[in-house]
Amino acid sequence: MVDLSVTLAGVTLKNPIIPASGTFGYGREFAEAYDLNILGSFSWKGTTREPRSGNPQPRIAEAPAGMLNAVGLQNPGMEAVLREEVPNIAGIFRGPVIANVCGFSLEEYAENCARLDEAEQVRILEVNISCPNVHAGGKNFGSDPQSAAAVTRAVRAATKKPVFLKLSPNVTDIAGIARACEAEGADGLCLINTLLGMRIDLNTKRPLLANRTGGLSGPAVFPVAVRMVWDVYEAVKLPIIGCGGVASAEDAAEMMLAGASAVEVGAANLRDPWACKTIIENLPGVCERLGVDRISDLTGAAHGTGPRG
Amino acid sequence: MKESVFALRRARRLAGGVWELVLAGDTSAVTAPGQFVNLELPGKFLRRPISICDWGAGELTLLVKEAGEGTRELVRLPAGTELNVLSGLGNGFDIARMAEDAILVGGGIGIAPLYGLAKRVLETGRKPALVLGFRSGAEAFYLEEFAALGLEVRTATEDGSLGARGFVTDVLKGLPDFRYVLACGPTAMLKAVHALPRITGGQFSFEARMACGFGACVGCTIQTKKGLRRVCKDGPVFHKEDILW
Repeated sequence: MVDLSVTLAGVTLKNPIIPASGTFGYGREFAEAYDLNILGSFSWKGTTREPRSGNPQPRIAEAPAGMLNAVGLQNPGMEAVLREEVPNIAGIFRGPVIANVCGFSLEEYAENCARLDEAEQVRILEVNISCPNVHAGGKNFGSDPQSAAAVTRAVRAATKKPVFLKLSPNVTDIAGIARACEAEGADGLCLINTLLGMRIDLNTKRPLLANRTGGLSGPAVFPVAVRMVWDVYEAVKLPIIGCGGVASAEDAAEMMLAGASAVEVGAANLRDPWACKTIIENLPGVCERLGVDRISDLTGAAHGTGPRG
Repeated sequence: MKESVFALRRARRLAGGVWELVLAGDTSAVTAPGQFVNLELPGKFLRRPISICDWGAGELTLLVKEAGEGTRELVRLPAGTELNVLSGLGNGFDIARMAEDAILVGGGIGIAPLYGLAKRVLETGRKPALVLGFRSGAEAFYLEEFAALGLEVRTATEDGSLGARGFVTDVLKGLPDFRYVLACGPTAMLKAVHALPRITGGQFSFEARMACGFGACVGCTIQTKKGLRRVCKDGPVFHKEDILW
């Protein structure tokens, strides 16, 4: 019997598999496909203070071994999520929920995190610092160590819940940003968000996405994510949620070997709604093949070091 | 939503870049005309959403227009190819809400779901009126199939090479008895039909680029009078009174 449980900043998950934010809504659609209680957790759709309608159509494009999306943080806003989605989640999932929180200013990040105090089932706040920073001319908060540190400081002061910063891969030195978050009291990190990309329509000779650029996800980004998880694991002591292109139990194990304590599955859910279920079912077999009784023993094992909680 | 494997039985080129594909598999999740399937294609990450033309026990008919790399490869897959299919997706046409003075209006590849719709309307004992629009007579397809159902097939072509010269709206203007439409076609056609003053109600099937096809990614969201709606999950068929352009 393989022990699949993992711990993230004191929060125990029955297994390391977490559907990634933006691919799972608030759980409603997948609850029609399978019992969500098999999941370790799930990370809900990035939520801002105000409702957002997102970017114009088209927002989706095919890419080699992946996809581009430019949804643009469409979400019903924090108030509606607390009123309608949080009670609904209680009916479809009994485990700990990860709340993905976005903001356009430090004040908004802090306020959104503080408001989630009332949602008991939310056990971890995943702070998305890939949103444009209105105070610095639209640059992402996650694009340099100073602004990443500023968000961490703001949310750390606003909540007692564990705070995981979700890092952007569109940077020169992700380890430096990880260190800045750790220094300001982050409880963990989640990486990576999507990679900036573009497709051009040969028929119209114009960018395919109305937003011109979009975020690349899917198997294409998997090796990039593994490398960045490796680098961040070397740079900080924090637990890491590895995310990016995971599509199988073997991928999840590889992400953990690179240093992840848990693994988010994103684009795979959109191609195969049962992707997380299949991955979870295949995890014990993969652990047996790798010769571990506890899946948490995989974390960072490629570095020759032990697990982190 | 159901995931199952369908085998490609045969593919037939109809006109220009439009093909008819017949697939064998479990169609039990299909409940209404105007729903779609999401096909996994070899070597492609995203599935391809394709409107259902017709379905029966164990058989699914799709009309596919070659639009990009994915559809170009799809129509050329050899017979026997097995495809992973998500079926039972979307809200299709609601025949119960169809008014007595209804007409089916299709444009280009958008005529596909109207065939299955016409068959289901016939099953209720009513004979639907129909108008189909194409760019030219050479690009027209499925006219014989619609006629074989016993329907009068009215056509409009932009160059006048088949039926009336002009658009489906030009034909509709000459048919004053019809005030309710069931429409599928290019956005410009839907918009023009929607704007006809005489049309008091109807159901309009939308198209959008999608990732998941089952409501999770919100990639295909449109603004409606009832707020944001997902073409894949809340549509693809929307009622006239809810539509914003």
